[in-house]
Amino acid sequence: MLRTLKALVYLLTSIALLVSFETSAFAKKSKTLKKTQKMGFVRCGVSQGLPGFSNADASGNWTGVDVDLCRAVAAATLGDSGKVKFFPLSAKERFTALTSGEIDVLSRNTTWTLSRDADIGLTFVGVNFYDGQGFMVRKSSGITSVNQFKAGVSACTNLGTTTELNMRDFFNSKGIKYEPVTFEKADEVVAAYDAGRCDTYTTDKSGLAAQRIKLSKPNDHIVLPETISKEPLGPVVRQGDPVWEDIVRWSLNVMIEAEEYGITSANADSMKSSENPAVKRLVGAEGELGAAFGLDNDWSLRIIKQVGNYGESYKRNIADTGILPDRGPNQLWTKGGILYVPPAR
Amino acid sequence: MNYRIKSIIPQLLTLLFVLAVIGFFTINAQLNMEERGIDFGYGFLNQESSFDVQFSLIEYDGSHSYAKAYLVGLLNTILVSVLGIIFCTIIGVIVGIARLSPNYLIRNTAAWYVEFFRNVPLLLQIFFWYYAALRALPLPENTEPLFGVTYLTVKGYYIPRLLWENFDIFIYSILASIISIVFIRNYARKLQEEKGQQLPVLLISVGLLLIFPAITFITGMVQLDVTFPVLKQLSKTSFIYAEGISVPPELIALVLALSLYTATFVAECVRAGIQGISKGQKEAAASVGLTPNQILKLVIMPQALRIIIPPTTNQYLNLTKNSSLAAAIAYPDLVLVFAGTALMQTGRAIEIVSITMLTYLTLSLSISILMNWYNKKIAIKEK
Repeated sequence: MLRTLKALVYLLTSIALLVSFETSAFAKKSKTLKKTQKMGFVRCGVSQGLPGFSNADASGNWTGVDVDLCRAVAAATLGDSGKVKFFPLSAKERFTALTSGEIDVLSRNTTWTLSRDADIGLTFVGVNFYDGQGFMVRKSSGITSVNQFKAGVSACTNLGTTTELNMRDFFNSKGIKYEPVTFEKADEVVAAYDAGRCDTYTTDKSGLAAQRIKLSKPNDHIVLPETISKEPLGPVVRQGDPVWEDIVRWSLNVMIEAEEYGITSANADSMKSSENPAVKRLVGAEGELGAAFGLDNDWSLRIIKQVGNYGESYKRNIADTGILPDRGPNQLWTKGGILYVPPAR
Repeated sequence: MNYRIKSIIPQLLTLLFVLAVIGFFTINAQLNMEERGIDFGYGFLNQESSFDVQFSLIEYDGSHSYAKAYLVGLLNTILVSVLGIIFCTIIGVIVGIARLSPNYLIRNTAAWYVEFFRNVPLLLQIFFWYYAALRALPLPENTEPLFGVTYLTVKGYYIPRLLWENFDIFIYSILASIISIVFIRNYARKLQEEKGQQLPVLLISVGLLLIFPAITFITGMVQLDVTFPVLKQLSKTSFIYAEGISVPPELIALVLALSLYTATFVAECVRAGIQGISKGQKEAAASVGLTPNQILKLVIMPQALRIIIPPTTNQYLNLTKNSSLAAAIAYPDLVLVFAGTALMQTGRAIEIVSITMLTYLTLSLSISILMNWYNKKIAIKEK
């Protein structure tokens, strides 16, 4: 009797040990990653249409640098950059959609600020576009600088953005009384500005450049040279899944670092035989970078092959479309910009 | 005894079930928020809001608290609801009576109006008034004055600003005249019931309403100054009217859309009320020698109102709740200011949405209570 009891205890402890080993080995695998792989697509929150960042064409194909980030995550985790389900969100809806678990990545030209990062259960994982707030006015108004605004000026902008706060700081510092007119959708802002409801339209400069194309006569409008704020735009994830956070962060970093080392979607395969170990690591020919996330070793190669490096993405979406041909601060640090990511090793 | 227990058990079970559901959602929300590092609390209401609002009835800017921003949104919601209720009642009563008119043209115009406006979705109507109708208005510099001193432009309706001195005394004088009117009315009723004499109550009331405030002006206790809107140049091609009050086009579009839409339902209530009174009532009243005016005032309306009030209350409630569509056209109501911008800036979704829901509930219940009280007042009193 005692013997069988002892044997039972042994059996149970060994099972328990085995199970605990098993779970610790899989602890690296994040809950969000598991869910994503089970569903077979990445749930990605994007804008309701901002050319260059996230914009759907007539047949529902999404393009843009924000969209490419989601495609990179899909390429890394699911092996196919096309396995993304896009959720167009207004500025007002975006954070709730993320914290409530409706989406897993928010890549929607969202400004990284302290209160957003620390307060509301979100984590910003990096910056994929350095932007700043500017103003657009009608050319006919003769205004060429923000210093020419006078009291009573009405400014159209989007609801629930940092723009609303910056605008106040700016006009207050100038001592100008202004009329803020805030809409929920960017299209509504553009329509109101176009109709003459507002004297100026203010948002991130990239947004101004993109929306200007949508106006009835784009050449009648100019974006003023001044930039009144720092707007580092980047992807966001829910707090509480550090591994998923790392996957999204490094999907972005890999794209930027690939550009740094000259790896493109075209030459990625041939780079496997490169002399440079840093290049070999990026294309999965050396090291075991993917294991840290619970991914295979080709995850970064897939990103580069299927989506391309950051430079390719920028050229395809923002430069070639005529939105901002000049990369400005969004150039690599080695070429005079401020794009600088930690090394992938 | 057995029967009582039998009747209590299902009620108890239902209660337990409801409590369990509420408890489940509360605990679930708590756990999820804890897991994601979101804390819960209403302390943010005292923080500086740091955003401005386009149109406010009280003094407000970004240096005030979120609580003040809430108040701004609430007052704007109340403003649009009150204006909407007033206009929809006026239009509704006129159209409702017009639908019963013996004149073919009037009757059918009213019918077409009702069928058109109540069958087009409200949000579309709001967009129509804002983007199509008001957008056709001229820019400030090309505007011809309306009534001499007001200007209706694409940037808003500019009206003269009234500058009051001792405005409170003026308000007291109005209150005083209202109280005295109530007394006169009661006295007149008593006189009528006891001696059969009639007082010209309406004339006396109007007189009182004019005399009391007039006295405050004549004695110099209250002074009134008016500043008229003047054109001001902001840049080469951009103008506004300064000095006066600017009514934002968003408010105009919203009040127009809400009142025209809701008026169709009020009109149907009014029509139903009047048609619900049997023809015999009118004939009986005429046979005892009442004038047509008296018939409407003393016989038809008191009975029709009993039919009209309860469904009209629903329409008032609908209008108040529909005013939350304001957010679509940038009118800074409670939803746009508080459940929009404030929610975005603080990220406190559960707190803010719960406050907003409670606020609309309170608003609706207040209207209900008021209308129920009025309904009870005009109900048939069994003697």
